[in-house]
Amino acid sequence: MIQWFKLVARNAWRQRLRTWLTLAGLVVAILAFGVLQTIISAWYAGIDNAVPSRLVTRNAIAFTMPLPHSYDKSIRAIDGVRGVTYMNIFGGIYKENKNFFVQIAIDAGSHFDMYPEFVLSDETRRAFMSDRRGAIVGRKLANRFGFKPGDVIQLRGTIYPGDWEFVIEGIFDARDPKADTSQLFFHWDYLNETLRARSKAQADQVGFFVVDVADIDRVNEVSQTIDALFRNSTTNTLTETERAFQIGFMKQTESILVSIRIVSVVVIGIILAVMANTMAMTARERLGEYATLKALGFGPGYIARLILGESVMIALIGGTIAIALTPPVASRLVALTETPLPPLIVDTKIIALQLFASLAVGLLSTLVPMHRAANIRIVDGLRAVG
Amino acid sequence: MPLLFTYSLRNLRVRKLTNALTAGGMALVVFVYAAVLMLDTGLEKTMASTGEENNVIFLRRSAEVEIQSVIDRRQASIIEGEPELMIGQEGIPLVSKEVVVMIALPGSDRSRTRSITTRGVGPRVLALRPQVKLTVGRMFVPGSSEIVIGGRFEGIEIGSQIRFAQREWQVVGRFDAGGSGFDSEIWGDSEQFMQAFRREVFSSVVVRLADPEAFSKLKARLESDPRLTIEAKRERRFYEEQSNTLSGLIKVLGITLSTLFSLAAVIGATITMYAAVAMRKREIGVLRALGFRQLSILAAFLAEAMFLGLAGWAAGLTLASFMMQVKITTLNWTSFSELAFPFVLTPRIVLQSLLFALGMGFLGGFLPAVQAARMKIVDALRAI
Amino acid sequence: MTSQRSPDAHSGDDVLIALRGVSKAYRRGKEVVPVLSDIGFDIRRGEFLALMGPSGSGKSTLLNLIAGIDNPDSGSIVVGGNDITRLPEASLADWRAANVGFIFQFYNLMPVLTALENVELPLTLTHLGRRERRDHALLALELVGLSDRIKHFPSELSGGQQQRVAIARAIVTDPTLLVADEPTGDLDRQSAEEVLTIMQRLNREMGTTIIMVTHDRRAAEHAKAIMHLEKGELAERVELRRE
Repeated sequence: MIQWFKLVARNAWRQRLRTWLTLAGLVVAILAFGVLQTIISAWYAGIDNAVPSRLVTRNAIAFTMPLPHSYDKSIRAIDGVRGVTYMNIFGGIYKENKNFFVQIAIDAGSHFDMYPEFVLSDETRRAFMSDRRGAIVGRKLANRFGFKPGDVIQLRGTIYPGDWEFVIEGIFDARDPKADTSQLFFHWDYLNETLRARSKAQADQVGFFVVDVADIDRVNEVSQTIDALFRNSTTNTLTETERAFQIGFMKQTESILVSIRIVSVVVIGIILAVMANTMAMTARERLGEYATLKALGFGPGYIARLILGESVMIALIGGTIAIALTPPVASRLVALTETPLPPLIVDTKIIALQLFASLAVGLLSTLVPMHRAANIRIVDGLRAVG
Repeated sequence: MPLLFTYSLRNLRVRKLTNALTAGGMALVVFVYAAVLMLDTGLEKTMASTGEENNVIFLRRSAEVEIQSVIDRRQASIIEGEPELMIGQEGIPLVSKEVVVMIALPGSDRSRTRSITTRGVGPRVLALRPQVKLTVGRMFVPGSSEIVIGGRFEGIEIGSQIRFAQREWQVVGRFDAGGSGFDSEIWGDSEQFMQAFRREVFSSVVVRLADPEAFSKLKARLESDPRLTIEAKRERRFYEEQSNTLSGLIKVLGITLSTLFSLAAVIGATITMYAAVAMRKREIGVLRALGFRQLSILAAFLAEAMFLGLAGWAAGLTLASFMMQVKITTLNWTSFSELAFPFVLTPRIVLQSLLFALGMGFLGGFLPAVQAARMKIVDALRAI
Repeated sequence: MTSQRSPDAHSGDDVLIALRGVSKAYRRGKEVVPVLSDIGFDIRRGEFLALMGPSGSGKSTLLNLIAGIDNPDSGSIVVGGNDITRLPEASLADWRAANVGFIFQFYNLMPVLTALENVELPLTLTHLGRRERRDHALLALELVGLSDRIKHFPSELSGGQQQRVAIARAIVTDPTLLVADEPTGDLDRQSAEEVLTIMQRLNREMGTTIIMVTHDRRAAEHAKAIMHLEKGELAERVELRRE
């Protein structure tokens, strides 16, 4: 076994340049595969993070249409509802169009009770609560624009007209590294008071409600009760679980995800072609040696294992390097593109996928050369040169 | 063909498996590259054909998309009275005061809802947007709960009813908007939509200019009018801007990926070409002895690598051309509406991907070709 | 330092190649192995010279230097008035294309080209048109008696036939100098005899100057003169009576 391993390792090292190049190709491909898989899983992170006891109530006509603020009281009164909060997507522009990030007007009193995944110090919380124009920003967003407590920033409204000023009161973190901290939260009251003065038609309306159900078994019942309550009102509601809401949103961008997934498989195909070629060339050059081994009495199985061992070894080394590089490359990528991409977390599932892909490349690429080498007739093999 | 290139080309046939695998790797890269370009072109074409060059769209200042925009009746009627507008057959200016609302319709499978754009339009909309033509049925009658649907709603039959905004709407016609964004929309009477959606205001006002040159003048005058809080944009420009985010994503992601992937394919070509050089050392020595210059040797091996790229290009592009059958449906993040666009193959993409593939071949063949050219003749001749 | 040999008495116009003080050494690791030391002699136009000597005597190296595919460490090699040791690589390549024909032990034909294409190959370096190239190549193949094999690939030809194609390739440009490195080393007796007869005929009828490295006495006897090399130095020169 040790003898065999030695032979495999030395064989791999014989065509040094070729082995290096193959390794480089493997690293690039498995790395690209890993990063793409990470992007896909980050896309779905919202679904994974969804809390099963949370409901989202929105306008039945469309997500982009508002609901009356007065619904808050009615929902609160429903049996089984533990808490209600509401928010509006603000859609403002910070300096330039490309500086896109999400701003949400929240009901500060109820918001943090509903979303324990966001962490902020008591001090920050107090400061935020006491300033009508106050805003808090996520860690990632703060790092992106260098926001510090005390900064005054101006946003140009796209949904709500005019310029809006906010005072940064502090920075919040997320309990779960997968949660998004590239948002800005500010007071819904500030939004509403300003709208009353500026744009009366848009005042006293909220984007959607988030409802916390006390008993997880009653989630369905509560959601039906809410929708029934407003069936005969001017604005109908549609209530679904946070998860269903996220999935509905995701489904609409699914074709992009499917494309990325296809592309991530294509790169494995590319490296498979490269690797299979390397092994085919190597095996062909060594046909004479394989024939010699056969003449010495080694069986076709031994020769097959030599080729297989070399290929799998190279593939696994390349795969391991790529796996080690994936997390730093993924985080650099997010920093470079400056997009509102959620954090890219490389989890064990992705590492397993990468490992599996490398192994598959190593194994599959030996099929043809193994077949050829194992079946070579000793006389032909000994005659083969180069 | 020069004999030396015949030599390069024939050598590719000697090691079929190796060269097929190398070209296959390149073909996959070309496929990704071409598909990305085709997708972006498709998106661009769809968006650009949505807008008309002679049309001007008025939105509330700072609003980026129609669903964010609000224009009240008073402002709309001021715009309607401007002298630059083209006058239609009945002597009435070509204006469409529109209400744009997104609705959620159930998709083919239950878990999926589709965000569909519904557009309340004015009675003269077809004169305003000549690219939109009714193909089946008739136009809705103003003042009724009738709607017409875009060409993409193949599953919906004429005469059927669609429920939204607490009303049943009768589908009376289907229009073809030439593959533009309107093909993904439902149109009805703007006044009816306002009632149904309980709105007091329009989203946008679209007008057709008698003289397209008058745009800047009109824009400057109306944007500085203290009674108005609007912004004027050429309609084509407006729709192009809507696809910027999506187009940017496709381009950045697609080009980054194809470049990264091409690295792997180039490495594959390098390995193959190094092996080819090693195998033919003696032939190289002979060629040099016969009087071929180093540059010719370099050219011969580069040509061989570029032939590989050419083969990869042909296979990859053939594969990509099948994508023309496919349409991508996705949410446009700028407008939050569903948007469908095809893969479009243009001569430009054919050329671009050819250059890309030849480039891969060139890069992959370069180092081995240099090695071949720099070999000492005597050593090369001595090789077994 | 050995003194330079003076040029032969009968030099003048019919000297094609003049070597003066040619030395060459190879580096093997840190060791320097001298191959040729201070060689100097002339070769006349129309000569058919056999270079003989034990292996390692430097005969192939000498041939390579004269053919311009290797460079001496010192000394000059003047061929037809040109010192080829001073030519830059590209001009040397052009010089070879115009002046030298090669015949190798293992024929060294391009396996992917047909017999005709192989012979045509060196003509692509000339200014001849397509038609002329083909005519020249056909003529050369006829000269070596292979007119019926022009469409064959090397793998479809016997060793002797391949070597005859190689000779056709060597003479098709009508070079002033033909160099042959063990041209019969891989051939059976009868094929070897055919190849040598063709070379003799070329030398006699067309006046081509030929230098042939061989370790085979019987092959060497087809030449006009035999030069012996030993340990990198000229040992003796034997003129053979012909005709």
